[in-house]
Amino acid sequence: MGDVRVRTLVVRCPDWSVYAAQPGPSDPLVVVRANRVVACSMAARSAGVEVGLRRREAQRRCPEVKVVGYDPGRDLRAFERVAACLDEITPGVEITSPGMLSFGTRGPSRYFGGDEPLGEKVLDAVRTALDGRWPAYVGIADGFFSALRASHQAQVDAREAMVVPVGCSDEFLASHPTSSLLEVLDVADLVDVWVRLGLSNLGLVSQLSTGDISARFGPTGLAAHRVARGFDLRPLDLQIPEEDLSVSMEFEDPLDRVDRGVFAAKALAEQLNSRLSELGVGCTRVQVYARTQGGEELSRQWRHEGTLSDVALAQRVRWQLDGWLSPSSGARSVSPAPSSGLVCLSLTPLEVQPDSGRQLGFWGGESRIDERVSRAIVRLQSQLGTQAVRLVQIRGARDPAQRVHQSPAEPDGRLGDSCPVDAPWPGQVPSPAPAVVFEEPLRVLVLDEAGREVGVSGRGELSAAPAVIERPGCARRALIGWAGPWLAQERWWDNQSQRRRVRFQVIDDRNEAMLLCVEGGLWWLEAAYQ
Amino acid sequence: MFDDGVMAVSLADITTLSRLAESVLPVPEPFVDLLPSGGLVRGAMLATAGPVAQSLAMALVGPLTQMGSWCAVVGLEELGLLAASELGVELGRVLVVDEADPTRWPATVDALLDAVEVVLVRAPSQLSAATASRLVARARGRGSVLMQVGSSGSLWPQSPDFTISARSLAWDGIGFGHGHLRARHVEVEVVGRRVGGPARHGSIWLPGPDGAISRR
Repeated sequence: MGDVRVRTLVVRCPDWSVYAAQPGPSDPLVVVRANRVVACSMAARSAGVEVGLRRREAQRRCPEVKVVGYDPGRDLRAFERVAACLDEITPGVEITSPGMLSFGTRGPSRYFGGDEPLGEKVLDAVRTALDGRWPAYVGIADGFFSALRASHQAQVDAREAMVVPVGCSDEFLASHPTSSLLEVLDVADLVDVWVRLGLSNLGLVSQLSTGDISARFGPTGLAAHRVARGFDLRPLDLQIPEEDLSVSMEFEDPLDRVDRGVFAAKALAEQLNSRLSELGVGCTRVQVYARTQGGEELSRQWRHEGTLSDVALAQRVRWQLDGWLSPSSGARSVSPAPSSGLVCLSLTPLEVQPDSGRQLGFWGGESRIDERVSRAIVRLQSQLGTQAVRLVQIRGARDPAQRVHQSPAEPDGRLGDSCPVDAPWPGQVPSPAPAVVFEEPLRVLVLDEAGREVGVSGRGELSAAPAVIERPGCARRALIGWAGPWLAQERWWDNQSQRRRVRFQVIDDRNEAMLLCVEGGLWWLEAAYQ
Repeated sequence: MFDDGVMAVSLADITTLSRLAESVLPVPEPFVDLLPSGGLVRGAMLATAGPVAQSLAMALVGPLTQMGSWCAVVGLEELGLLAASELGVELGRVLVVDEADPTRWPATVDALLDAVEVVLVRAPSQLSAATASRLVARARGRGSVLMQVGSSGSLWPQSPDFTISARSLAWDGIGFGHGHLRARHVEVEVVGRRVGGPARHGSIWLPGPDGAISRR
């Protein structure tokens, strides 16, 4: 197929958000995004906290944990130093996300005498930039994804670097789990389907024929299949733009604050993409360049699997501005903060590929927002934070709070993948759903006729019929109906996080209905049908 | 001279009036007779109250989101969005915004009134008369609807155009230890200066046995 795999080096600093939030001491700390843990420190992890938990659950397992909100700007500010320290080794450093960068090794490897010495050199530089206070893992292999997996393998093997010999990436990738695709592609539903079909590792996925994949899973499936076989998505139809497609913006009033840059970032991103879309291409690698009032020149490259949408592009420019304009305080800066504001900002597409439309949600597709709504989203997110403005999806889960999934709104209103809701979820309370779901369940007392607390057996049998409910701060109310139990045993495979809960619906004497939950012998008011 | 006077006021007013005339946002059929003008009048401020306030608010915005209009929810963290979906709200048209601290709240609501058709709010603290009237004016100017959800009415210096409240009369489908909640019969009451007369009453299923909102 003429596919080439670019020999690539990946540097990955795990749990980067934790380092960025608290460089140094290893207190328990979690970084939380939309109420869920996205990164946690070693201390928190050893207390049983893991990525994906709800904030409340993390605090339950580790009460002294410090909770910090997710802030990509902060992450990039800290990461900019790491990227800058490699500028001496190669000019081609590309940031994928804060905490992860890559570059092609061909030139540097030859210069430093091979992949191993290059890996050592890179590790030395990164260690120095991090003062040895945070681990970094290096992977070198054919193709970005293989190199990324190699960096994971290095961590698993308690080494710092792993070099997969040239031509051995297929064998190397074969044993990795299918879910590792999620590190580079947003294809949770596809991976879920594949795993349920028994395709548990990449070796099995890569054995399927391209034709079958295309017929059943469409472009999304093809993209994931390519990655699973160790090919980069990018070089597929890679073109280096011949003409100069860069867009730039001059500021009469030098740009010195990130919030002012947000609008410039968005405008530039839209300008670049509308230019590219006229040519029928999308950008996969972009250089962000800025010049300061004092004449300093700053530049950084970003790469992405698949083409960058307006929003993704604007986001990266915003993060980069954050990295330049507000360097992390007290950090021993490798690249000193610009001494003056920025007077010029430009974006240059370094690689483009035919744009086959933007990545669509796997099940849903793309919904476009009105320009008005889009502007409001950008404005509110710049004032309140990205997390504060969200779009909603529904997915299958037993817990009424968990069935609604909220993700930060992208100004173009694109939703990620969503799960079909009609799958039967055992233990799910039948509809209608409660109109009010309490963020924190309220402790209540449920008593029988004789005023004794009603107990629940392991199988959900009640010791007596519930007759009275007592809520804190409310008068006692008699119950005129109840139903249940609905049993939910969640994550039974995991000792730490398994929960066994039993739910009941009750109505009080004012015909107000409530959803109660019994866990560990205590009654909680989870939701109300208000 | 008379003509000049008319000309001077008309341009801005005509824009506003024509926008208002064009649009009463649709509501579920059982509410049509109960609401003044038969729907959500653009530019209005209304309130839902009583023990069914949240369901009412979600039910009212269902049809307009299905037609592609946007709705924003500010700071009503406890709102059961799954229920919203069941009550007919197209969740792809809902923007959920965190409750900013009270100092930023008015600006947040203001920005949303500018962008979407309906904004569901609950005042986080006592609003000053100036803030409240600015928000009401913004809604009127933009032709969007400001809907207070639940009983925060006392925090607003001015009373809404109308208040829609309901109480739960009976639940169907649930017994004493068997069945499950299936349908709810509510008694709706609409009062307020826009109602133009005595309170209007109606009896509806919210939701009915088939999950739909219907007249009883």
